[in-house]
Amino acid sequence: MSTTSNSSQASASPGRWERMRDSYMWYSFKHDRTAQLCLAVFICMVIAAFASPLLAPTDPYDLAQIDIMASELPPFWIEGADERYSLGTDAQGRDLWSIVLYGTRVSLLIGFGAVILQALLGVTFGLMAGYLGGRVDTLLMWLADIQLSFSTLMVAIVVGALVKATMGSAFYSQYAVMMLILIIGLAEWPQYARTVRASVLAEKNKEYVDAARVMGLRSKRIMFRHVLPNTMSPIFVISTVQIANAIISEAALSFLGLGMPETHPSLGSLIKSGFDYIQSGSWWITLIPGAVLVVLVLSINLLGDWLRDVMNPRLYKG
Amino acid sequence: MIAFLIKRLMHAILVMFVISVLAFAIQDNLGDPVQQMVGQSVPESEREEIRERLGLNDPFLVQYARFAKNAVQGDFGYSYFYREPALEVIARHLPATLELVFAATLIIVLFSVPIGVYSAIKPRSPISRLFMGVSIIGISIPVFLTAIVLIQIFAIGVTVTLFPENTGWGAWLNAFFSTEGNMPSFGRGYDLVNVVGNWDTNLATWNGLQHLVLPAVSLASIMLPLFIRLIRAEMMEVLQSEYVKYARAKGISMRRVYFVHALKNTMLPVITVGGVQIGTMVAYTILTETVFQWPGMGLMFLDAINRADIPLIVTYLMIVGVIFVVTNTIVDLIYGLVNPTVKLTGKPA
Repeated sequence: MSTTSNSSQASASPGRWERMRDSYMWYSFKHDRTAQLCLAVFICMVIAAFASPLLAPTDPYDLAQIDIMASELPPFWIEGADERYSLGTDAQGRDLWSIVLYGTRVSLLIGFGAVILQALLGVTFGLMAGYLGGRVDTLLMWLADIQLSFSTLMVAIVVGALVKATMGSAFYSQYAVMMLILIIGLAEWPQYARTVRASVLAEKNKEYVDAARVMGLRSKRIMFRHVLPNTMSPIFVISTVQIANAIISEAALSFLGLGMPETHPSLGSLIKSGFDYIQSGSWWITLIPGAVLVVLVLSINLLGDWLRDVMNPRLYKG
Repeated sequence: MIAFLIKRLMHAILVMFVISVLAFAIQDNLGDPVQQMVGQSVPESEREEIRERLGLNDPFLVQYARFAKNAVQGDFGYSYFYREPALEVIARHLPATLELVFAATLIIVLFSVPIGVYSAIKPRSPISRLFMGVSIIGISIPVFLTAIVLIQIFAIGVTVTLFPENTGWGAWLNAFFSTEGNMPSFGRGYDLVNVVGNWDTNLATWNGLQHLVLPAVSLASIMLPLFIRLIRAEMMEVLQSEYVKYARAKGISMRRVYFVHALKNTMLPVITVGGVQIGTMVAYTILTETVFQWPGMGLMFLDAINRADIPLIVTYLMIVGVIFVVTNTIVDLIYGLVNPTVKLTGKPA
């Protein structure tokens, strides 16, 4: 992320590496222990999640590897643990370490997918609203206002519930990943649209836009090639927060039974399936995926905080 | 002021219209009411007759007009599951949710203002840093996970055996970190006091309050960090302004500057954000009520989804829509009243 944003900002003469080394962002990153730690944790989790077929001792999708007799075994530090299952097993006898790895992968996939979708929608609508103004602006911002006043989570829950009710739960759970990306993407676009619109309004009266217009370029080209690159830093800042939000939304929807089915683990559906067994004392089934979720979201949020401090135009003009 | 009021009212009516069209479209497209009413052996000709009699063959707009007319009169149809008017079902579940939201709001207000103000006045003190650290962790924990952790600690109990039991301090530390877990973790309890109509309150008895504590704390946990951070940020900005410096230079006591001069202007943006957060709060009641089996509107809505009880789903959406529109309008009005610099008529709707 840091390379791309800097290469677009600095002048052309020095090499890409030198430009990054001299940038304020790299300087701030070198001196911020929290940001370094968070980035390290986040990268480790992403690598572990996407390498889950290599790292996980068992495949949770392969029913032959699941031993129902070995259900609800505790993790290694508690008496009665089985050494085959380092973090214990869930109520169906699946190895918790394996399903947490696979589940994190699904959660990250939905988080990134949903954020890409909302960014596409939100940036397009935000550019149109800010640059074209007039009726388009009024209508789009009115829609965004209503959707935001209903809260994005509420919209996601309602849309999820309705889609599930129309299509039937079997169909819904079959395409759950796509559905969740669509629902969370559609529910959260106003965040991007508002941010982009605000920076477009600040940019569009500058001289380079006038120059481009005088040259006779079409407004589509001016919007995407001239104005958009100058609104990138707020987009980066909210993207980190939005990824964290999307992962939480996925977990919340799955927890309500409107997301991933229990046979197809995500962090949310693991927490949900473990919650049914918490009263019988098997706390690890729900709290271990829960802890993974919190660490993941926390590291993204802290990175977002750091990025906002670095890119805040009031503190530093990039 | 009158012009602003009318403009807001038009806006609210327009939003309600859009919501009602969406709600009706849902009702119209989901499921076949005739199938719900009659058995399998009823022939197609008879079904057609029922359809004709119920007006299901009328054009969309005619049906919508009928739906809207009934809805305005408070008739949203019958719930398939409860077999009584959907509005009555909602009305029965509403007090539980309102009490939960009320208790959570109380917790948020009582804690966020002092903590936010303190950490704005002394941003570098270790206590403020602790609050800020805890609050970003708080934002990162989803509400249902907080609820589960609270249940584990206070309702099920935790036995810590981390420290050596045979030494005195180890045993003491183990006992210190272990919890008994005797708090109730689901439902509203048996000791409800009827106030009026179908409003049974949890707030009057010890048992009722005990049942309310964990759900209310969970619901508050997601908003509290947000408000602490917001109040802190706004307050720090206000403290930089000229009028605060002037008040300070005049020799007014710092307590008065902070709590009379600065806090007033800090609360303005907090009110608007608070209004928007009411929507989020309703969404979080669904999660909280699911975890604690709290018999409010959120749990009812989720049950209605699982039972495909469409009239109830539609009624819930309409009622929640009314709540949002009314609170947003009130918040806008309050904002206009307390902030004289806002030009009411010129404010974009």
